[in-house]
Amino acid sequence: MTVKTYKRKLDFKNGRVDLSHGSGGRAMTQLIADIFHEALDNAWLRRGNDQSAFDVIGGRMVMTTDGYVVSPIFFPGGDIGSLAVHGTINDVAMAGAQPIYLAAGFIIEEGFALADLKRVADSMGEAARSAGVPIITGDTKVVERGKADGVFITTTGVGVVPDGLDLSSEKARPGDKVILSGTIGDHGVAVMSKRQNLTFETTIVSDSAALHQLVAAMVEADGPALRVMRDPTRGGLAATLNELAHQSKVGFRFSEDALPIKPEVAAACDLLGLDPLYVANEGKLVAIVAPEAAEDILAAMQAHPFGRDAAIIGEAVADDHHFVQMTTSFGGGRIVDWLSGEQLPRIC
Amino acid sequence: MRHADEYRDGRLARALAARVAQEANPAASYHFMEFCGGHTHAISRYGIQDLLPDNVRMIHGPGCPVCVLPIGRIDAAIKLAERPEVTLCTYGDLMRVPGSHGTSLLKAKAAGANIRMVYSTTDALRIAEAEPEREVVFFAIGFETTTPPTALAIRIAAAKKLKNFTIFCNHVLTPSAIQNILESPDVRELGRVRIDGFIGPAHVSTVIGSQPYAFFAEEFEKPVVIAGFEPLDVMQAVLMLVRQVNDGRCDVENQYARAVKPEGNEKAKAEVAEIFELRKSFEWRGLGLVPYSGLRLKEAYAEFDAERRFAMEDIQAEDNPACECGAILRGVKKPTDCKLFGTVCTPETPMGSCMVSSEGACAAHWTYGRFRDHVRAAS
Repeated sequence: MTVKTYKRKLDFKNGRVDLSHGSGGRAMTQLIADIFHEALDNAWLRRGNDQSAFDVIGGRMVMTTDGYVVSPIFFPGGDIGSLAVHGTINDVAMAGAQPIYLAAGFIIEEGFALADLKRVADSMGEAARSAGVPIITGDTKVVERGKADGVFITTTGVGVVPDGLDLSSEKARPGDKVILSGTIGDHGVAVMSKRQNLTFETTIVSDSAALHQLVAAMVEADGPALRVMRDPTRGGLAATLNELAHQSKVGFRFSEDALPIKPEVAAACDLLGLDPLYVANEGKLVAIVAPEAAEDILAAMQAHPFGRDAAIIGEAVADDHHFVQMTTSFGGGRIVDWLSGEQLPRIC
Repeated sequence: MRHADEYRDGRLARALAARVAQEANPAASYHFMEFCGGHTHAISRYGIQDLLPDNVRMIHGPGCPVCVLPIGRIDAAIKLAERPEVTLCTYGDLMRVPGSHGTSLLKAKAAGANIRMVYSTTDALRIAEAEPEREVVFFAIGFETTTPPTALAIRIAAAKKLKNFTIFCNHVLTPSAIQNILESPDVRELGRVRIDGFIGPAHVSTVIGSQPYAFFAEEFEKPVVIAGFEPLDVMQAVLMLVRQVNDGRCDVENQYARAVKPEGNEKAKAEVAEIFELRKSFEWRGLGLVPYSGLRLKEAYAEFDAERRFAMEDIQAEDNPACECGAILRGVKKPTDCKLFGTVCTPETPMGSCMVSSEGACAAHWTYGRFRDHVRAAS
């Protein structure tokens, strides 16, 4: 006699993640099937293995991994799920590569609402589908209440580098142009505006976006002219330029007047005592390019929706101190130094 | 949105700079102290020094609340935070200020002390209400600008009969500090610091008004120009000071008339007077014990005073002997005169308080201006 097992559906209205969802038993299988497989569905996940096999494509590959602990989990313009897809795609894309697959690991706190988990998973699925980069394997862990904060996500990405490209952080040289793909500070301010003890009314939304198509357009315009690219996330534009200055052993000079920044972001930063140069972005890139190709690459960027506000903001210079210097709108000079301490904790 | 751009306009800045250059007597030199850290920050952040002629020099004053807090008070706060029943609420800047023996609130927090970063006194009040089983202490610091919000918090706590909320009061007064600098041997007898005039505080003056400065202008014969914190405010104040010096005047002028009234903010002053009283003296880093320069809670509000509730003792602690914060806060030395500057003392590993807050003279010069040292060295 066969007993028909009854499977209680996940309660998305009032249900919460409990420790059994991480125990390796039926509850966990159900959680993965009904939330993650449902949201991220593709041929690889459907096979139900602990790993996914894929054909190796010729040429050079890149691989990256990144953890996401943003607080709050949902913010204007995105959430931890879409961020975990966009952020890792962008890290792959900054090598000039086209991302092909993602993997995702979840650490979930006991008591996290199933409805919120579903919302995060759905948002990841949507972000991955619209980027055309499937999440083909994953992992789920549940930890006791208080040992995590809602959900933490780690995503890993692999991508393929087109022939002839070799972008790297030590390749900037004096005379190279610095191109910024759009307005700075949007993500950090959007997240900040929803912080528990800091709520303020704003229309600012995160710029969280996958930039690999923009990168593809830049590669097509003049791939070999791209020296190095980086997405200015934590620490903002300032941290990115300082890292590149040290790695390439150059200095950078740029003009405050050339920086694209939304007036409402500038105003919010003033109010909060933040410098937008240090505020995180999640849908912007900085490209250091050969001077003779700068205008062509800029034009290709401006023709793409994510590069509409792109601008050449300055250039690399010979400087033994590797200073990043800015001419202020006011007319004076200043250093744009590394950020010391935390300006905004847990922004991504 | 126009916001504050009109006070940062580069074109107007160049016009003002040309005026200053034109009116400053090339045969003379001008030494002006900006009292407030807010001005120090603006000068460094916008590169104002680049727009001034070589014979107009700005001297950074002690008006940075984080910088003037003596090590003993930091040690006392750390000791308080280490009590198991206490949750200490503090502004972020204070977290990194070094105490004795390489301690800081940040390190105490990592070691398990319950320390929370807050943005306002109301945040601390909210925590006290939400967690009645905790003794919530607000680490109150700052000049006349931040005192009224603390006073208000005390009044709310009293009205709500909160039994678990206290403040560790470190509020200090600007006029007493300016007087102390002007009376110090450095300025009066030794002549080590030449001060030809003051840029007066912006936000502080919105509370206390412009009247309290009349005494300095008259008694010490120093011109004062109260100025806003935007870079054009500072430029204009410099021009006004140059003109006063040229005319031999020692007046109190108000460049920041859009916010500062002669009598200040009566309501805020009354609020403070209701809750606080003067301490006989209070220790400032760099200035030492300054008479009648600090505030404490009145007897009627003693139950909200952490120093009384927890029987906190005065801790005397010495600054690192090599650290020049004291002399820098008095205007006697520049950050680059300190052997520690940029070597072992940087914003990542501050040895003295001036390297911590973005309003501190050392942090401002390191973060924004140190390229000039190399330009100077190379030329």
